[in-house]
Amino acid sequence: MNPLLLWFHKLGSPPYFYRLAGRLLPWLWALALAGLALGLYGGLFVAPRDYQQGDAFRIIFVHVPCAWMSLFVYFFMAANGFIALVWRIKLSETLAMAAAPIGAAFTFICLATGSIWGKPMWGTWWTWDARLTSELVLLFLYLGVIGLYHAIEDRRQAARAAAFLALIGIVNLPIVHFSVNWWNTLHQGSTVKLFGPSLIDARMLWPLLTMAVATKFLFAASLLSRARVDLLELESGKDWVRQIALAEEPRA
Amino acid sequence: MSYGTATSACRAVFVRDFGLVWRRRGDALNPVLFAIMVVALFPFALGPEPKALQQISAGAVLVALLLAGLLSLDALFRSDLEDGSLEQLVLSPHPLALLLACKIAVHWLTTALPLLLVAPLLGEMLYLPRPVLGTLMAALALSTPLLSLIGAVCVALTVGMRRSGMLLALLVLPLYVPVLIFAAGACNAAQQGLPTLAPLLWLGAALALALVLAPLACAAALRISLN
Amino acid sequence: MNSPIDSEAPALLQARGLAYLRNDEPIFGPLSFQLYGGDVVLMEGDNGSGKTTLLKVLSGLLEPSSGEILLNGEPLTLARLSHQVALLGHLLGIKAELSPLQNLRFAIGIGGLRAGITPHHALKSVGLEGYEDVPLRQLSAGQKKRVALARLLLVPAALWLLDEPYANLDREGIGLVNRLLELHALRGGAALITSHGAYAYTSGTPRRIALRNTDMAAA
Repeated sequence: MNPLLLWFHKLGSPPYFYRLAGRLLPWLWALALAGLALGLYGGLFVAPRDYQQGDAFRIIFVHVPCAWMSLFVYFFMAANGFIALVWRIKLSETLAMAAAPIGAAFTFICLATGSIWGKPMWGTWWTWDARLTSELVLLFLYLGVIGLYHAIEDRRQAARAAAFLALIGIVNLPIVHFSVNWWNTLHQGSTVKLFGPSLIDARMLWPLLTMAVATKFLFAASLLSRARVDLLELESGKDWVRQIALAEEPRA
Repeated sequence: MSYGTATSACRAVFVRDFGLVWRRRGDALNPVLFAIMVVALFPFALGPEPKALQQISAGAVLVALLLAGLLSLDALFRSDLEDGSLEQLVLSPHPLALLLACKIAVHWLTTALPLLLVAPLLGEMLYLPRPVLGTLMAALALSTPLLSLIGAVCVALTVGMRRSGMLLALLVLPLYVPVLIFAAGACNAAQQGLPTLAPLLWLGAALALALVLAPLACAAALRISLN
Repeated sequence: MNSPIDSEAPALLQARGLAYLRNDEPIFGPLSFQLYGGDVVLMEGDNGSGKTTLLKVLSGLLEPSSGEILLNGEPLTLARLSHQVALLGHLLGIKAELSPLQNLRFAIGIGGLRAGITPHHALKSVGLEGYEDVPLRQLSAGQKKRVALARLLLVPAALWLLDEPYANLDREGIGLVNRLLELHALRGGAALITSHGAYAYTSGTPRRIALRNTDMAAA
C-alpha cells in the first residue's frame, strides 16, 4: 500500500493517535501561547493608533482572527463529519465533535468582541450588520450540533447525527451569507465596512497574521487535548486504555 | 405474488395519513388557532395604531406561520415511531425517501394549507395593505412547503428523543433564516412598490432544490436516528 | 419460490460472524448460522441478551458492527432492504385509530401482497372475522397481535422475524401462531422467533440458537 495511505490508516487507530497527539501537544501549546503573546504584543503596543478609531480598533487583533477561525473550524468539523459518515472512521467522529465547542467559543468571542467594538464605533452594542448576523447564525449552527450530540445517548450514533447536521449546515452557510447580504442592502443604504484596504499598515498587518497563525495552533492544541480525553472515554473498555490507566495509577 | 409498485405504496401512505388526520381533525385546527393568537398579541404589544401595525404586518404574519409550522413539526413522525409503523415504513421495499416525501406532503396539506387559508385574515388583523396581500400569499405558498421539507430533515434527526421541542427549534432556526429573509423581502418590496419577482424566484428555486434533496436527506437522517 | 432443502442452494438467510456493539459494548455476537426454507428456529436468551437487537440487525433496521448477512446468497445492505423479510417487533406497527382492514391495506401498499390471499381471508385465518371495520383501539391486546399476524400472512416475505410472538396471546392464540409457522414452513418459508422460553414452537423439534449475556469483561 501507498506509504501515505498506510500512515492514514495508522492515524485512524485510536491508540496510535492518542500517543502521537500526546507527543505533539506540548509543542502545539508552546507555539500557540508564544504566537498569541507575540501577536498581542504587536497588536496592542507596536501597531500605530488608527487615525479615526484611536486605540479602540486594537480589538480587531482578537476579533478578526476569531472570525476567521469560526469558519475554519466549521469547515474542519464538516469535513471530518463527512469522513465519519462515509468511511465510518471513529477518529473523525471524535475530531468533529471535539471541534464543535472550540468553534462555538471562537464564534462567541468574535460576536462579543464585535459587539464591544461596535459600542464606540456605531454607538450601539449590536447592529444587524451582514457579517455579525451571519456569525450569529453560525453560532446557532454550532449550538445545534453540540445540542444534538449531547441529546443522543449512544455516543457513536450521536456523533453521526451531529455530523449529518454539520453537513446540512455547510450547505446552509453560503445561503445564509448570501441572503443576509441581500437583506442588509435592502434595509440599509450601505453596510459599515470593518476596515478598508488602505487602512492596513504593515505594522498592523504582521500582528494580525501572527494572531491568525497562533489561533490555528491554539485550535490544534485544544482540539487534540479534547480528542484525547474523548477517545479515552469512548474506548474505556479497551486494553490500551486499561494499560494507560494502570501506568498512571502509581503516579497519582 | 406482487411487491406492488412505488405508486401504490405512495397511495397507501396518502390514504392512511389522510385517514389519520381526518380521525383527529380537531387537532388539525391547533396550528391555525396558535397563529391567530400570536398575531392577536401584536396589537396588545405595539398599540392599536394602524400605521405601526401596518409596518410590521407582513413580517408578523410570516413569523406567526413559521412558529405555528414549527409547533406542528414534532408530530410528523412521533406517532409512527411510538407504534412501530416507522420501522415498517423503513423496511418497505420501496424507496424510503419517496414514502417520506408523501408523508411530508400530507403534513403540509393538513397543517400548512389551513394556515395559508387564514393568512388573509391574519393580514387583515394587522392592516396589511391590500396590494401586498398577493405577494404575501405567493411568498407563503412557496415558503411553507420549503419550511416543511427543511423541518422534516431536522425532525428525522431528533426522532428518537423524548423531549425534542427546544432542540428542534435550535436545529431548525438557522435553516429557516434564509427562507424568512426572502419571503419577508418580497413583502417589503411590495410594500415599497418595488418589483417582487426576484426574491420569489429565489424561493421557487430553493423549493425545487428542496423537493428533490430534502426527502433524501430526511431518509438518511432517519436511518441514522433509528440505528 | 419453494427452495429445496439441499446444500447446493444458498441458504435463505446466512449470518457470518454477526456482532453488534453499542457504545463499544457488545450486545451480541459474533454469531454465525444459516436458515433454509422450511426452518423454524427458536432463539432463546434471557432479557438483555440481545434477541431484539439481533432481529433488528437481521431485518436491516440496524447495521451490524461486524460480520455480514446474506439473503439467498446476496448481501443485505441498509440501502437495499430485501423484499424477503417481514419483522414483527414489540411494537406491532399498526395504528390504533384505524380498523384491521385499513391497517392491512396500508401494509400491503408498502410491502406488497402474497399471491392467492386477500385481507379478508387473512383476518379470517387469524380468527378476526367480523372485526374488519372495528377501530383497533376497541380490540384487546391479543386481538391487535392477531392483526399483526395477519399482516405476516399477506406480505410476500419468505423470512419471518418474530420478536416474542407468543406475548399477550391466550392458549388458542399460541396455537394459532404455531399453525401459522407450520404453514409458512410448509410453503418453503423460514422463521426466526425469540422467546424467553415460557412458550415454544412445539411442532417437530425446532432448531435452537442460544444467546448468552455477553461477558463484557472478556471482550
